[in-house]
Amino acid sequence: MLKHLFAKEEDIPQGSAGIFFAISSICWFIIGTGLGSFNAAKLGFPDFFHGSYALQFGHMRQVHVHAVIFGWIAMAFAASMMYITPALGNTKLWSEKLGIWNCLLYNVGLCLALALLWSGITSGREYSDHIWPIDLYIAFVMVVPWSLNVWMTILNRRTQGIYTTNWFFAASMFMLIIVFLIGNMPEFLHLTGLNEAYMTWWFAHNVLGLLITPVAAAITYYIVPKVTGNPLYSHRVGHLHFWSIVVFYSTPAAHHLMSSPLPEWLKSFASVEGVLILVPAVAYVCNILLTMQGRWTMFVENIEIKFTITGVLLAIPLNMQGGFQQTRAINWYIHGTGWIVAHAHLALLGFSTFAEAAAVYYGLQVLLRRKLWSASLANFHFWMLLIGFSLYWISMTIAGLIQGAAKIYEVPYVDVVIAEHPYMIVRWLGGTMVFFGNIIWLFNMVMTARAGDPVPVGRQPAEVAYTR
Amino acid sequence: MAFREYRIGCVMFGVALSLSMFITIILPGIDISSMSSTKIALEKQLTYGWETGFNYYDPFLQGKDKPIKVTLTKDPKTGAAIDKMNAYVFPPGTHFPDGLTHDNILGGNVQVLSMSLGEINSASEEQGGVFTVDESEDGTPYIEYATITRGWTVDATLKAADHQSLAGSGKTMFVREGCWWCHTLLPEQTQDWQTFGRPPMVGDFNGESPTTFGSDRKAPDLLHVGSRNSSREWLTMHFFNPRLVQPHSIMPRYDYLWGKTDADGKTIDLAAWDVHYLAYAKGDEVYPPIVPTPAPDSEARMLIDFILNLK
Ligand code: HEC
Ligand code: HEM
Repeated sequence: MLKHLFAKEEDIPQGSAGIFFAISSICWFIIGTGLGSFNAAKLGFPDFFHGSYALQFGHMRQVHVHAVIFGWIAMAFAASMMYITPALGNTKLWSEKLGIWNCLLYNVGLCLALALLWSGITSGREYSDHIWPIDLYIAFVMVVPWSLNVWMTILNRRTQGIYTTNWFFAASMFMLIIVFLIGNMPEFLHLTGLNEAYMTWWFAHNVLGLLITPVAAAITYYIVPKVTGNPLYSHRVGHLHFWSIVVFYSTPAAHHLMSSPLPEWLKSFASVEGVLILVPAVAYVCNILLTMQGRWTMFVENIEIKFTITGVLLAIPLNMQGGFQQTRAINWYIHGTGWIVAHAHLALLGFSTFAEAAAVYYGLQVLLRRKLWSASLANFHFWMLLIGFSLYWISMTIAGLIQGAAKIYEVPYVDVVIAEHPYMIVRWLGGTMVFFGNIIWLFNMVMTARAGDPVPVGRQPAEVAYTR
Repeated sequence: MAFREYRIGCVMFGVALSLSMFITIILPGIDISSMSSTKIALEKQLTYGWETGFNYYDPFLQGKDKPIKVTLTKDPKTGAAIDKMNAYVFPPGTHFPDGLTHDNILGGNVQVLSMSLGEINSASEEQGGVFTVDESEDGTPYIEYATITRGWTVDATLKAADHQSLAGSGKTMFVREGCWWCHTLLPEQTQDWQTFGRPPMVGDFNGESPTTFGSDRKAPDLLHVGSRNSSREWLTMHFFNPRLVQPHSIMPRYDYLWGKTDADGKTIDLAAWDVHYLAYAKGDEVYPPIVPTPAPDSEARMLIDFILNLK
């Protein structure tokens, strides 16, 4: 990749940026889940690895969160956009060279950002933990060039309309930049007090709602029709999904602070809007599952569909939780407990990661024009992820319910800690499975690049998956 | 091609997003900003200073640029005995919290009184000064610039102080060490009154940054921990190794906040301490090793001051 940095645009093979982003994302996935597993071990066995003080839980937790969000999820998004956007516009990426520079500077910036967080240099705000110089770097060096590539590719498309996936990509990148710059106002402008607290969660909510959820969905809007060969069930429902995301997902930020002294009208408003998130959610899930009509065998046979549809199925409990857990009736019970951690991983490690993994699997095969080196290893990876995730989700949900019960009975807190201990261990085991699965994945993808069978021109990797 | 066919869509998108931001940022912003500070907010601002997260004046989060909270029982100027009270000392150059430098933070009458009775407008960061929190007859709290109103200088106040608390610097440790990933500073309105104490009110946060409520509770809420547990000895042992006092705790050890030497200037050997501790944990030794007393300028001292100050 690096040899292309100073090459002429015409000399850079198409898809280089996509490959670079895809491989980086897998590496960050390994690093991020490794850190997660380490943190989980610490919560199970607090004296595990003591003595290395840099490895304190309080220093490493946010490093895990940002490694998986910025490293894995966002880079997998970038990789997907770098190949899906041009494919849908029947054109090539606006600038491969920009893409490669973007990816390099992205990796460099992320390393720096995580190193600073690790050493405790933080803004003290959850999800906007990065200090403002890093925020500016992220916005203008990491995100703006990436968006530019997406927007310009769409503008230069050679098709009449814009397919659903591409509206989502273009709009989400725009919203990301706006949300990022406005959400970090507390730091840029030194906002204080409840304004600061509220804006922190405004950012956290919107970066999830306006970047991660819609882009992950947009990816599946591409992968499912492309691999199954079925047209998208309904573009109208796609419209409904898009517009209801913009309207309903951008408004409930205050539901993260239901038990804080924010103005009551704001909490009620957020809670109602939060339930309305079910509109895009239901529209989306139905649309994808109906697209599968007649091709359900592929759910078993095809690795990309297996990942994608599992993700979409996980979106069902995710949205049911999301819609209702922020109403006053339920929120007080589960707020601040392991339930929320379970929910966060259902969204990110469940729904979104499965969708992105499919996009990266598919993208690398298409860009390299090589068939997956080992379908068995890919299946193994799938099951490690699914079982690992399920262990994580179930154990943390139970831990959360225990904590919730403790709220009612007001037991001494340490009894809660004792009761949660077994679940902390299960969560650690589950997370570690995910980590090991990912190492296998990287190996499989490296072998695919080196030794995968070429996919004949004009054919899909899925069509030749089982031919030798 | 471009987005031509999509003009209406783009306009609608812009309108929808702007409206959403108007409702979720501008309106709450106006509402929240109109809240007057409570006494708690004034005390917090004066305890924590300008900014506790990353900033120019303390880029590595070492607890610099922070005021010192002192307890007084005699008047620093005259030496006469007074009722026990707190004062907040800003050595010259220490940055002031927003409430002292912006007119719209304290809110309504609090601002008016702080300027008229409290004379806060004559304070400057270069000179530093001493502040107190008072209440007017009708119960409105306000900040008083005691250097002008009572003639208390920085040096005299520090000298007259019975006790100096580095709670401001301690909050920096709280942020840097990520205590807020496990502990919250926000008893919940619905059920925490009994166990963790009174939840905060709207006006309790004016001027504080960051607020570090925490969102994820794996440990007791700390907002009022100083009221239920005010033993410096217990906290010292607990921070050095929580499992000395609470065998089931999952809290990390914070022994490295002690620095290289203890209060008596003796070198702290964490590895040797550990050998004895492990022997004790196994039952080979009867007593646990002694926990060193933190040096007065150590980060551990700052953190403990912060915790004890959470009343
Ligand atoms: C891994 C999670 C975790 C982290 C990080 C953590 N704590 Fe704790 N803390 C706990 C748990 C669990 C308890 C309850 C059991 C106990 O007493 O040790 C606790 C108890 C306490 C108590 C006693 C509370 C009471 O009700 O008496 C204080 C004070 C405290 N922690 C302060 C801190 C400070 C300050 C930090 C940061 C330097 C911190 N903790 C970091 C988990 C954590
Ligand atoms: C791509 C996969 C993953 C993503 C996107 C992800 C994301 C996150 C996020 C957003 C949080 C913050 C949760 C909150 O504040 O509620 C978090 C916390 C955490 N994650 Fe992950 N995670 C992933 C995988 C893992 C894995 C594999 C493990 C291994 C066990 C893990 C362990 C943890 C732990 C221990 C925490 C801290 C929870 C707490 O503070 O209680 N994560 N992660």
